[in-house]
Amino acid sequence: MVEQEGFRRYVAHIILWIGIAIVAFPVYVAFVASTQDNALIANGQMSLLPGGHFFEVYYQTIFVGTSGSTREPVGNMMFNSLVMALAIAIGKIAISIISAYAIVYFRFPFRMAIFWIIFITLMLPVEVRIYPTYKIVADLHMLDSYAGLALPLIASATATLLFRQFFMTVPDELLEASRIDGAGPLRFFWDTLLPLSRTNMAALFVILFILGWNQYLWPLLITTRDDMQTIQIGIRKMMTTNDALTEWPIVMATAVLAMLPPVFVVVAMQKLFVRGLVETEK
Amino acid sequence: MQKQAIFQSKLLPYALVAPQLAIVLIFFYWPALQAVIQSFLLQDAFGLSTSFVWFENYLELFSEPAYFETVVRTFFFSFAIATSSLSVALLLAVMADKPLRGGAVYRTLLIWPYAVAPPVVGVLWVFMLHPSLGVLSRYLRAAGIEWNPLLDGNQAATLVILAAAWKQISYNFLFFLAGLAAIPKSVLEAAAIDGARPMRRFWTVTFPLLSPTIFFLLVVNIVYAFFDTFGIIDTMTRGGPGTSTVTLVYKVYNDGLIGGNLGSSAAQSVILMIMVIVLTGIQFRFVERKVTY
Repeated sequence: MVEQEGFRRYVAHIILWIGIAIVAFPVYVAFVASTQDNALIANGQMSLLPGGHFFEVYYQTIFVGTSGSTREPVGNMMFNSLVMALAIAIGKIAISIISAYAIVYFRFPFRMAIFWIIFITLMLPVEVRIYPTYKIVADLHMLDSYAGLALPLIASATATLLFRQFFMTVPDELLEASRIDGAGPLRFFWDTLLPLSRTNMAALFVILFILGWNQYLWPLLITTRDDMQTIQIGIRKMMTTNDALTEWPIVMATAVLAMLPPVFVVVAMQKLFVRGLVETEK
Repeated sequence: MQKQAIFQSKLLPYALVAPQLAIVLIFFYWPALQAVIQSFLLQDAFGLSTSFVWFENYLELFSEPAYFETVVRTFFFSFAIATSSLSVALLLAVMADKPLRGGAVYRTLLIWPYAVAPPVVGVLWVFMLHPSLGVLSRYLRAAGIEWNPLLDGNQAATLVILAAAWKQISYNFLFFLAGLAAIPKSVLEAAAIDGARPMRRFWTVTFPLLSPTIFFLLVVNIVYAFFDTFGIIDTMTRGGPGTSTVTLVYKVYNDGLIGGNLGSSAAQSVILMIMVIVLTGIQFRFVERKVTY
């Protein structure tokens, strides 16, 4: 504007770099710790420069696990987290896109009632219904299973709302055109609506994948077996109550590994991420 | 709003909504109903008999000083997390909104913590500020502060608030950027021509125009502080020392799991449900955001 002199810009640059430093510092410390010797860290003499144990620590973390508390390779935990995150993301998109399709493109008794039933679930996050949900999952024999991890988190009012909103903007002519071509409802959905929804689905997928990967309370409740743990649960179990026994380099390597996939998704698919975030919050 | 062009079919729409409806009914409504019912029941110590006790679980809860403390603590945490995170994010967003060289890089470097899971946030911060081995604790001790969040409740609470606010900066930053981008430049130029200096322009033009975004973020941050801090607290302090970092959600978890007091835990769940309904209601009722990206 009028007075965009150099000085103000310098200040802006400096403030932004301070902000970046604050945001990055804890992660830097974690990375540095994951390359050092445990004895050094336990003595409170950790250096702020990377050490020389990178390969050995990460090898042990991914393929062996800690020697004490859990003995479960973090590679396994990452696989569990991946399965859960993908199941939640894909499952949510799949069931909400078809229900939004039904609600927008059909007239049937109880249509609005069903819409409201789905909509109200916005107000029932898993935290307010943990024990009863736990009991149902236990009764269905789904403890320690991927189905138990993913299913209770799969229903999503936001995704249904998002697709409903998007379908409302799709011009009616498209439907009429495909009807003239002799297409039925399923063909129209598959050939016309689905390709049009691709960007929305991708944006939603990015957000849901991150949310799924980062789930904590629910997996904590329903996984008892070590081989079903997700990485977020594994990391807590590695922090033993007796600090002297905690293998800090491995804990920190696990923290770094736990961050890697979702952070990569945010950075690599930034446009989709921002779009998904802004749209799901509408 | 309704579509004019639609399909005719009797069964197909039901088949399409069936999967979502089934999951919602089994995993949302049934457990929520169970929580409500359970909150009116009292189980004896051995779980052999249950009796209907009306509002006894609730009354007991309200007469319990610990519950009241938890409510106050949760609101205090929410307030502290929301204000600190929002002010830092706003400052950064205002800076990043300027036409700077490398603006996109700054943006990328500031938004990624959104993707860090709450339990990981807890681990990172507890390690950095661990009394005996944390890298920052050395400096605190050198500055003459007796830093031990494992023993000192206030310090533990500070640690939780700092970590939770840190994680939320990126989210707030993103929405502030979107809000700032939506403010028409002509309004700011008009103020500049009238002789308003940058600081004054910010407080008299930008800030008021940003108020819908701020209000929206305030609600989101409160919901975040209520629910998503569970992972942070659980890996950092497990509610301790004592009960100094127990929030409402943590108490539901603790009382049901360790205490085995399902009636009380259910009553707490129902109260939380009511709070979520109120917060969501506020969000939908008053927040008309016009954020475009």
